[in-house]
Amino acid sequence: MSTVPTTTGGGVVQRRPTRSTVALLGERVIETLIRVSGVSAVIFVVAIFFFIFREAAPVLWSEDFHILEFLFSTEWYPTSVSNVRYGTLALTVGTLSVTGVALLLAVPFGLGAAIFVSEFCSPKLKETLKIVIELLAAIPSVVWGFVGLTVMSKIIVTLTGTAVGVNLLNGGVILALMSVPIIVSIGEDALRAVPDSYREAAVALGATRWQTVYRVLVPAAKNGLLAAVLLGVGRAVGETMAVLMATGHAVQIPEGLLNSVRTLTANVAAELGEAPAGSSHYRVLFLTGVLLFWITMVVNVAADLVVRGIRRK
Amino acid sequence: MIALRRTPMMSMLPIVLMLVAVALLPAACGKSGGGSGVTTIQVRGSDTMVNVAQAWAEEYTKVQPAVGVEVSGGGSGVGIAALERGTIDIANASRNMKPEEIEQARKNTGQEPTEFIVGYDALAVFVHIDNPLSEVTIEQLANVFAEDGKAVRWSDLGVTIPGVHDDTIVRVSRQSSSGTYEFFREHVLGTKDFKLGSRDMNGSKEVVELIGSTRTAIGYSGMGYATVAVKMLKIARAAGEPAFEPTVENTISKTYPLARSLQVYTLGEPQGAVKGYIDWILSPAGQRILEESGYVPVNRGGGGA
Repeated sequence: MSTVPTTTGGGVVQRRPTRSTVALLGERVIETLIRVSGVSAVIFVVAIFFFIFREAAPVLWSEDFHILEFLFSTEWYPTSVSNVRYGTLALTVGTLSVTGVALLLAVPFGLGAAIFVSEFCSPKLKETLKIVIELLAAIPSVVWGFVGLTVMSKIIVTLTGTAVGVNLLNGGVILALMSVPIIVSIGEDALRAVPDSYREAAVALGATRWQTVYRVLVPAAKNGLLAAVLLGVGRAVGETMAVLMATGHAVQIPEGLLNSVRTLTANVAAELGEAPAGSSHYRVLFLTGVLLFWITMVVNVAADLVVRGIRRK
Repeated sequence: MIALRRTPMMSMLPIVLMLVAVALLPAACGKSGGGSGVTTIQVRGSDTMVNVAQAWAEEYTKVQPAVGVEVSGGGSGVGIAALERGTIDIANASRNMKPEEIEQARKNTGQEPTEFIVGYDALAVFVHIDNPLSEVTIEQLANVFAEDGKAVRWSDLGVTIPGVHDDTIVRVSRQSSSGTYEFFREHVLGTKDFKLGSRDMNGSKEVVELIGSTRTAIGYSGMGYATVAVKMLKIARAAGEPAFEPTVENTISKTYPLARSLQVYTLGEPQGAVKGYIDWILSPAGQRILEESGYVPVNRGGGGA
């Protein structure tokens, strides 16, 4: 870690100590800074969880809240005058189904594109593709939402003959379009990080390009590829504005791809502004945040376990 | 390993961001009301009123260049919640403030909210232009929209929509922060709740747009948002009673069942620039803009009490 200044040699001894105290001090400072920024990531995560939970906690013991109803009821009536009910099951199912549809579309396309960009295309095309893909990642989510609301919904209505074009399929397609650039960028980086000696060895053994990819490169880069998929999932689960506009925002358990749904995130975005600070509704919305936090954590831990399982084999 | 590689596009990002920041700087200074001596009035609330509020704001800068008005929507509930916290000067609301909201504002800011009725609006029930239905009763509406309502298909209402094989009613509603949502619930559903599964749109305009592109849809919005793709239904209080169109006359005479007042709220008695602005809204010039936006002015509505 720290480099101890060498004070050997006669003539240098005079000048070196003065320089090295400054250098030593500077190095200490920089070392501390780096350590702090490393630890800060952990502190931030813990702090965010703590503050969200602190806002949500009082409702857990209140009269009109039942944790089982919160988790397993589909009835979401936060502002009812006669019978307030806080059931988020339909919203959780909404989030999971939209994310699922998005991943089914985004993972094959994303990883396929990553493999193509990294292994098969010419350097010139590669540069162009990378720029375009990163441009795609820079499109704000509200613009995607607008695309879903106006363009995609018309396409879906024309193709399927359904009554309303803002639905689960629309949200899934829009989220897939948003996650593909992330999966491609990171997946391509992961594949590029595989040493060229692997490729050379594969070619030396007489492997075709395709064999090289799926026997050598993909297994070697699996951690990075999984990270790419996970960040894609993260984007899909956490996305708010685009799904708010593209899914139709209806509280119901979807029976098919063409049903409208509402996600946890979209629900928080639509309702938090109006919920009086400190009210049960407000606290339940924060609890929804805690629920989202757990969903992403479970996904991450599960993926981590999967990676370890693969590694052991 | 998993870091995004820096391409020319990405390394340009900080520069672009900086340019944007520099461009926004004068705007940010103006907001604080310092620099050029422009006083800014912050207005937030009702999505029903956001169009007319913006029209007012634009016109008022011509009348009073020294006063800038910033308008945003979000729903009556959002505006009232912001007023309770004292973060805005004027809250637009298409419903009245509830007693507990007034209490909350008093507790937070120590000031009494003051109400001004600035116009009237008829909440229209819209269907697609191809829908043969022309009038509806409040009870039928409740049957469609309420939690225990039985009407799920258009055939339940005795309506056949041409060229549609699945006649499930597509209910279009508003998000719960909307004053329109609460007004509709209060006047159509009573104390009952909405049936779940309605498409809850984020604005008055979106409701009408979705209905205009969906043959089997029904929904509610301010009458000022009507387009050529939708039809406003006549509404009867009960079966057998006459049904009324949402027109200016029927709104003033209150024969139309879903007529409502539009109001703005301030904290305490308005003073200075805010007072000038509200006085101007209530003046013939301000009321003419309201009328042009599709609402009913107060002087024709019979007193602003």
